[in-house]
Amino acid sequence: MVEPMLSVKGLEAWYGESHVLHGVDIHINQGEVVTLLGRNGAGKTSTLRAIMGLTGRRAGSIKFNGDELVAARSDLIARKGIAYCPEERGIFASLDVTENLLLPPQIAPGGMSVDEIYTLFPNLKERARSPGTKLSGGEQQMLAIGRILRTGAKLLLLDEPSEGLAPVIVQQIGLTVRELKKRGFTVLLVEQNFRFAQTVADRHYVMDHGVVVDHVANHELAGAMDRLHQYLGV
Amino acid sequence: MDLFGIPAPLLFGQLLLGLINGAFYALLSLGLAVIFGMLNVINFTHGAQFMMGAFVAWMLLNWLGIGYWGALILAPIIVGITGIILERLMIAKLYKLDHLYGLLLTFGLGLIIEGLFRNEFGSSGLPYRIPAELTGAWDLGFMFMPVYRGWVVVVAFVMCLATWLVIEKTKIGSYLRAATENPALVQAFGINVPRMMTLTYGAGVALAAFAGVLAAPIYSVNPQMGSNLIIIVFAVVVIGGMGSILGSVLTGFGLGVIEGLTKVFYPEASSTVIFVVMAIVLLARPAGLFGRS
Repeated sequence: MVEPMLSVKGLEAWYGESHVLHGVDIHINQGEVVTLLGRNGAGKTSTLRAIMGLTGRRAGSIKFNGDELVAARSDLIARKGIAYCPEERGIFASLDVTENLLLPPQIAPGGMSVDEIYTLFPNLKERARSPGTKLSGGEQQMLAIGRILRTGAKLLLLDEPSEGLAPVIVQQIGLTVRELKKRGFTVLLVEQNFRFAQTVADRHYVMDHGVVVDHVANHELAGAMDRLHQYLGV
Repeated sequence: MDLFGIPAPLLFGQLLLGLINGAFYALLSLGLAVIFGMLNVINFTHGAQFMMGAFVAWMLLNWLGIGYWGALILAPIIVGITGIILERLMIAKLYKLDHLYGLLLTFGLGLIIEGLFRNEFGSSGLPYRIPAELTGAWDLGFMFMPVYRGWVVVVAFVMCLATWLVIEKTKIGSYLRAATENPALVQAFGINVPRMMTLTYGAGVALAAFAGVLAAPIYSVNPQMGSNLIIIVFAVVVIGGMGSILGSVLTGFGLGVIEGLTKVFYPEASSTVIFVVMAIVLLARPAGLFGRS
């Protein structure tokens, strides 16, 4: 059996005194697109942030390509080849679009070129000199995704890329995620938008109260609808 | 020749003095702004580090025979390294705490450094000669301009411009600006932010020491030279807006000139005019002239 690219076991995490993850188990194979579904506060974002080293104390195990990362600092985690696109997008107001795009350093060969990123997101090219935060929500999302494609990171952690965007933009983000999969990226996606998730993902984990409570392959989704509706409360 | 009923040489002489003071205000508040932006620490040791720059220049000359030009490069590096050590050993422990702790620590460190130098060198001040290349004065027609003072204004301005260019136009500068906004995310992109903070502190301290070397031939080299200046510099920073690079430079030069003009027109107010401006600015724009609230 092939080792998963990312293997998270018994992951616990804290923000200060508050215990937010209570033993999360997930794994992602090379080339997969996997979502974390769940209600607000279920621990999805915390899971991404814990993998990236952005929570407080962590315990358990986060193995990435065989390296244990549960105690590593976030810059060293990034250098191993994991890139993070935060929910709030994290576009820098004091940097223009090009500077935002070029900010994350290259950590491995094989990243996309700036031209390829502009082909994927033509809007960004037109706005190259605008301050990052003068972009529309959709453009900011494209910039937030675009800038982590250059770095050579192979595992992308995307936190709710569809949030707050018009349906046509959500569609474009969906196309992008499928394109990224085609190019060999591995993606862990946090989503609340169930319909969006099922158009892009291979598998889904469902989280509640800081643990994974269910696991569904995308092709079994139809049969699992009742169960999922209960978890997600939709 | 009279202007506004004031003899021109007097007016321009005070304007020049104002510009020179402004040059030091600008260099010092620039370093403070860079440090505050990145570290969120109000560096009250800055005045002592300015003084250290002047003293290291004096030591290089009198102990090692290294003159002004060597000191202009070496003293900022040496004092910058002491800053780096200070940051690693002490200041770095305070980032997670309230601003107040950083302020107290750096204020205390400033007093300790000043006290150590006073013990060692006394408080009467040591002479430092103007380098031979920069002695003399130009006759500008309406006044005599000492070459060294002209040099200080120009080189301070160039240094401020260079710092601004590095921060606004280079890759390193974009890391710095981004990390000022959101250090956690910049670190999650693989950039060693703690090391950047250390180096930023070192660079800010080096700027203060550079100003100290420039000041050595103008003011006598004495342990209090920093604390005399730093209070005004903090007023400059408050007026310009905490953390604004361009703001601190423009405000520094501008307030130096205002101070100089006040000496001509109403000398009684010359030592308080900057604080009057500070009070007015704080009432009208609490974030400072160039600050973001």
